[in-house]
Amino acid sequence: MAYLYENPLLRWLMRNPIWGFVLIVFIFFSLSSEHFFAARNLQNILVQTSTIGLIALGMTLVMINGNIDLSVGATLALAAAFAVDVQSWAMFATWGNWQILPAVCLALLVGILMGAINGFIVWKTGVDAFIVTLGAMLGIRGLVFVYTGEQSFYAMNFAYSDFSALSVGPLPVLALIFLLCVGGVHWLLSRTVHGRNTYAVGGNREAAVNAGIRVGPHMMINFMIIGFLAALSGVLLSTQMGAATPNLGRDYELWVITAVVLGGTKLTGGKGDIIGTLGGVLAIGILRNGMNLMQVPAFYVYVILGSILIAVLFLDKRFNRTTDGGLRL
Amino acid sequence: MSDQQQPALRLQGIVKTFPGVRALDGVDFEVMPGEVHALLGENGAGKSTLMKVLAGMYQPDEGQILIAGQSVQMTTPIEAKAQGVVLIHQELSLVPEMSAAENIYLGELPLKSFGRVNWATLEKRSNAILARLKCNFRAEVTVANLSIANQQMVEIARALTVDARVVVFDEPTASLTDAEKVVLFDIINDLKSQGVGIVYISHRMDEIFTLSDRITVLRDGAYRGTLTTANTDEDEVTRLMIGRSLDLSRNEAAPKFGKTMLDVRNLSYSGLFEDVSFTVRAGEVVGFYGLVGAGRTEVAETLFGLRTASSGDVLVGGEKVTITSPRDAIALGISLVPENRKEQGLVLQMNCRDNMTLPQVQDLTAGPFVSQGAELAIFDQYRDRLAIKTPSWKQSVGVLSGGNQQKIVIGKWLSMQPRVLIVDEPTRGIDVGSKSEIHQLLRELAAQGYAVVVISSEMPEVLRVSDRIIAMYHGRIMREFDIQDVTEDSLVQAISGIKAEEPA
Repeated sequence: MAYLYENPLLRWLMRNPIWGFVLIVFIFFSLSSEHFFAARNLQNILVQTSTIGLIALGMTLVMINGNIDLSVGATLALAAAFAVDVQSWAMFATWGNWQILPAVCLALLVGILMGAINGFIVWKTGVDAFIVTLGAMLGIRGLVFVYTGEQSFYAMNFAYSDFSALSVGPLPVLALIFLLCVGGVHWLLSRTVHGRNTYAVGGNREAAVNAGIRVGPHMMINFMIIGFLAALSGVLLSTQMGAATPNLGRDYELWVITAVVLGGTKLTGGKGDIIGTLGGVLAIGILRNGMNLMQVPAFYVYVILGSILIAVLFLDKRFNRTTDGGLRL
Repeated sequence: MSDQQQPALRLQGIVKTFPGVRALDGVDFEVMPGEVHALLGENGAGKSTLMKVLAGMYQPDEGQILIAGQSVQMTTPIEAKAQGVVLIHQELSLVPEMSAAENIYLGELPLKSFGRVNWATLEKRSNAILARLKCNFRAEVTVANLSIANQQMVEIARALTVDARVVVFDEPTASLTDAEKVVLFDIINDLKSQGVGIVYISHRMDEIFTLSDRITVLRDGAYRGTLTTANTDEDEVTRLMIGRSLDLSRNEAAPKFGKTMLDVRNLSYSGLFEDVSFTVRAGEVVGFYGLVGAGRTEVAETLFGLRTASSGDVLVGGEKVTITSPRDAIALGISLVPENRKEQGLVLQMNCRDNMTLPQVQDLTAGPFVSQGAELAIFDQYRDRLAIKTPSWKQSVGVLSGGNQQKIVIGKWLSMQPRVLIVDEPTRGIDVGSKSEIHQLLRELAAQGYAVVVISSEMPEVLRVSDRIIAMYHGRIMREFDIQDVTEDSLVQAISGIKAEEPA
């Protein structure tokens, strides 16, 4: 087996087992469904992936920090509701298509604000992020219902819903925005001081404090980033639907966490990267799309994804176990 | 140096209290520029607390800190570093997933525009520092892949990123090999000649006497005095440290050994230890002595079934056995009192009784329920036998003193009626009084017929409790000594990997 470690591609795949899986399902669906390997369908996969993918980028930061954010689905719904509703406020009635601008800006600000609140509470109270954002998940979802009065909002300005149909060359604009964000967050995480501190805080919090890193504000910034990305995801999702429903984004936090964990980010923090997360969201996207094309009922997708999640983590433990020296615990 | 008479750092009357403990009680301490000032004291004497005050991690309740004559207040480690006070931690304070370079500059990574890390500068500077430390690894490697000794070097490298006024070394040699120690001493002398004040904390007398100019001793959080190294000797320092001369005598009748209880033959685990063979008889205490990372704990863990050995045999009471889990080990009568009692030995939130009966609670039942009476009976028996001081069995273990916690762990395993008791670092972090109580206890247990294995990194401890001493180095047994024949020199040589002159 030792010779396997010589090949750089195989070594890379062992460290990122999810990309091996992406490759396998991609080939499998290409062979088994005639509709799968078509430019139109591949564009589709990217657009479908972008919703969960955007949040997963932020979740990667937060989880490397050793935190978690369960409130993203609710934040997404709140931002979508703002984006669709604010356009039709009377004060923007004469703005024409420009009425979309304040609506989107406000929606994104709401997302950042929600993230800031989460981060601030985690920083100042020291309560576990799981609990804080669990509370926020319930609370923000409640706000969505209060704000929308349990009704769906529909976008009156057709330019808004047409946005999602735009393309730049072969790339749908939604996919383009997603890929730009992938590049941006990857750059942030791997090239900037903030990104390196993200690993330090999650890897050894005490060492980070000893080194003078201000852990609280640092974590708050990452919560604001995920809030922003959840809101952006909500805005883009509402352009696709031309509407915002109060139940938008239900269970998204679970899909996102699944994708991030599939991508090799540790729940305990300190380890993970955007390349892995991209593999994780693509795996989920391709699997859902391909099984849909093969007319497999949707709930089988859950069964298969659940099994794969456990299998990937098992493989990771087998191949990448280095530090415990075979200690059985 | 123009300010030769001005101390680089001066602490005056530092008091620091924690709930229930007066950790520092009016401590005075000063370091001159270009001086190595050793700080000595037993575990719990307050050295680490003092250093944390110095590094800005704790705020003193009273007293003041003067740097180059100026009174300063340091509220964070980064402020202390900016003042030129650098602490090299005893416990490694590194982020394992990051590279050595990033760890060296953690918290102060060199910048380019837009908050980007300047990797070129980072790597150039880090590699320069590592070259100065004569490290044979590059700054790009991930810290998790480095040996403990190399991780320690990374920790030391951190001190060299700033123009330090005072560098505090907190037991820096605990995990270094002799060759690495020489490099470290060179670095210290180098810093010293540049006029940096060095605070050197260590338990190892030989190091302190080779390196230091002056020695300050703490005991139980209080200042005991400062000695000039050239005018003192080990005995005087020891007396200051523990309040009496070290008594290594063991006034007891020659112990009677029974038959061989544990016989380990050629036990190996690739990468951790190799070809380990030894026997322990009933009534005997065998001490395992060596440096951190010599493989002693790993041998114990293997005997307790926490790892599976790659080759070799284990015989318990004369019968060949296979141990693949702690369950097997317990059934065979092997008990392990682990190295880190707070993390591995106790469930801190649980009460004393429940901790003590933890491994056998499934047997203490009355019908479907746990039998409270049987549990209490066991607790009472071992509380009396080991003289555990606790207000009641309901007390949660976390609030007991280290010595009493350790006795609870020992009691827990004695109640399993073991034949072989393995004790790993029994007195780590335990105060002097309780320490000798635990030593006494281990001797008594042997006298009652248990086969006892004691793993320790403290030479006085192995010398005091053992009937035989096995010295390990790099996963191998170097030599075996009978207590009558052992000398400190030969022991130190054996654990440093220097071959014995005559076959052991």
